Amino acid sequence: MKSAVILFPGINRENDAIAALEQATGTKPVVVWHGETELPKTDIIMVPGGFSYGDYLRCGAMAAKSPIMRAVAERAKAGVTILGVCNGFQILTEAGLLPGALMRNASLKFICKNTHLKIENADTRFTNQYQAGDVVDYPVAHHDGNFFADSETLDRLEGEGRVILRYCDANGVVDPATNLNGSQRNIAGIINEAGNVLGMMPHPENAIDPLHGGTDGRNLFKSLVEAAS
Amino acid sequence: MKARVHVTLKNGVLDPQGKAVHHALQGLGFDGVNDVRQGKFIELELDGTDAAKAEAEVKEMCEKLLANTVIEDYSIELA
Repeated sequence: MKSAVILFPGINRENDAIAALEQATGTKPVVVWHGETELPKTDIIMVPGGFSYGDYLRCGAMAAKSPIMRAVAERAKAGVTILGVCNGFQILTEAGLLPGALMRNASLKFICKNTHLKIENADTRFTNQYQAGDVVDYPVAHHDGNFFADSETLDRLEGEGRVILRYCDANGVVDPATNLNGSQRNIAGIINEAGNVLGMMPHPENAIDPLHGGTDGRNLFKSLVEAAS
Repeated sequence: MKARVHVTLKNGVLDPQGKAVHHALQGLGFDGVNDVRQGKFIELELDGTDAAKAEAEVKEMCEKLLANTVIEDYSIELA
């Protein structure tokens, strides 16, 4: 199983992405620089977290227009599995591969801690190793994770089962009190219409080793492998 | 030719930064402020003298990069 990690200047979680993909697929992913125009043939593409282009203009705005993103968009269209985490989620929305936008956290604070998330839909290539309703624990580390979309788009995302993760508490309670960053309807992760592109703010790649403090993220990567094999 | 672009959050999109600025202004005793919305101002130095062409081009820049039309509106002023 082959995978690729896209690297933009200012990204800083690429090694975590590489470790998680290698652990799940058994093969080291190919790292592709943003200035490239072609991607090697892979089953999985991951857009990691960080601060591409220093978050100038808007988070992910510049990276979304990088040469390599045209190739990523083509792969998305062809049905290749694409996972965007944190800045990767912001990049995928800015590139138009996912709806909505990520705004400054409602608290205006950079939030760096572990958070509980509810798996809303386990019938996807990203979550097939979980059960719907499972509560998992992943770290978050972001300043701009406040998901916004108009209510029509939100209704559509919910109606089509495209909200994959929501912020909640340890008991799975999703309400304004457990809304980490002000996201509309506690949304932490969504998929595209075809179901092959997932964007999420939390970091499953930082929950794959007991030394991380937990391994809840492993099943997300296992799901990708399961779906692709 | 110069183009001045204002990018602002759409009505209905919450602006936590504007709220924080509003709060700080109140703290300084400026009680007459009803609301604060924060945006961006971008100044472009352009080739050419054809205003219509420049405006069309800057509009395309806004649509493609300078603004995120999911959450932002923009206005263009040529000088």
